[in-house]
Amino acid sequence: MSDNNHRLSGLKKWGFRKSPWVFHLSTGSCNNCDIEILDALTPRFDLERFGILLVGTPRHADILLVTGIITVQALPRLLHVYEQAAKPCLVVAVGTCPCTGGIFDGSYHHVGPLDKIIPVDVYIPGCPPKPEAIISGVAKALAKL
Amino acid sequence: MLLSHGVMDFFYFVIFPGFVFTAVIGLLSTWVDRKVSARIQWRVGPPWYQPLADVIKLMSKESIIPEGSNRTTFLIAPLIGFAAVILVSTIVWMANIYPEVTFVGDLIVVIYLLYLPSIALIIAGSSSRNPFGALGASREMKLMLAYEIAFLFAIFTIVVKNGGIISLGGILHYQANHGCMLAQGASCIIAFIVGLLCIPAKLGLVPFDIAEAETELIAGPYTEYSGASLAIFKLTKAMLLFTLPIFILTLFAKTVWTPWTILWYVLILVFIVLIKNTNPRFRIDQALKFFWLPVVTLSIAGIILAAVGL
Repeated sequence: MSDNNHRLSGLKKWGFRKSPWVFHLSTGSCNNCDIEILDALTPRFDLERFGILLVGTPRHADILLVTGIITVQALPRLLHVYEQAAKPCLVVAVGTCPCTGGIFDGSYHHVGPLDKIIPVDVYIPGCPPKPEAIISGVAKALAKL
Repeated sequence: MLLSHGVMDFFYFVIFPGFVFTAVIGLLSTWVDRKVSARIQWRVGPPWYQPLADVIKLMSKESIIPEGSNRTTFLIAPLIGFAAVILVSTIVWMANIYPEVTFVGDLIVVIYLLYLPSIALIIAGSSSRNPFGALGASREMKLMLAYEIAFLFAIFTIVVKNGGIISLGGILHYQANHGCMLAQGASCIIAFIVGLLCIPAKLGLVPFDIAEAETELIAGPYTEYSGASLAIFKLTKAMLLFTLPIFILTLFAKTVWTPWTILWYVLILVFIVLIKNTNPRFRIDQALKFFWLPVVTLSIAGIILAAVGL
């Protein structure tokens, strides 16, 4: 699918860059990337410095962090959550699985890489990526605005 | 003359004691809350413009009206609480600035208007067609039943103590003549403590964030809100964080406007933040028990002491 094109300007851009709220969505991951995302949100890295907060509902989300291969079971849920999110909403593929499928590529339960299904803004490869890599990926997603 | 009156009223409501002033100080207070929480958790914390950036971002985002919700009430609910907080702030500050122009019974008006942000939350949760929203609304109702009695009794103590004055201007005059309410005796100190205990419950802050309960109810009544409506809810909450302690201070500790009043406000704010960071969330039945048994007993003791003359 084609690239997301949500360029903002002026005050909107400033607000969006200074206060990205992330929603964390697992679409059939082994939980490793999820744990690394939680690590990135601990006081050690202190993402609230950049205004990043973890929210519980896609309605409040500015960034969807998608982990895991997209399984057949998870596909309708993923589309549902993506539709529920208030736009503009960035999508970040965390880990090798949503980027390419990783070792599950070609399996019977694997629908395809994330960018075949919804537009993806940033890919963070790694199995799992380090918290520093996740933070840098989110920063790159914000720089795209 | 009429026109200039209209312009001045507009100024009072929108710029100075009303919306802009309260919003700016309220957002800064929210920052103090987040920064102090961060320091308690050994973090750096957000920069000072963080709450403003949140509101600007939410304003620029899409507002979704969920399918099956009641469109009108869903959109009006945030505005009810917002308008009520602006009115409370204007009335309280105008009483502070011109104590002689207040009307009789504005204390009662303020008490009623302070119900409205909670009622707006109940309407919001119920109209959003979301199970989490509905649960949050029902919990907010129970929480209101819990704290409102104690809060009313605390204010009633003041009225008993000063001989039945129910206007803010009258209470301020009384304090100007007799010294601040807190120095009037044990009953007022008890009522002040009860008032302080009710502030976190009225604001929905941590030991009493039972309605919002992010670990259980996603975001409670706010779950389906996005964009500008959510921004108005956040602004309402920030403005209430400023207005409610100022209302309590006006009743209890105001003689003249001095830098000490600002210090009082910051002390109350830090007290609220400390409670927030050192206590886990109450269950709804625990909150009810907490307010109905020890706190209400304390406030009734305050009224009896005030009636006796202490």
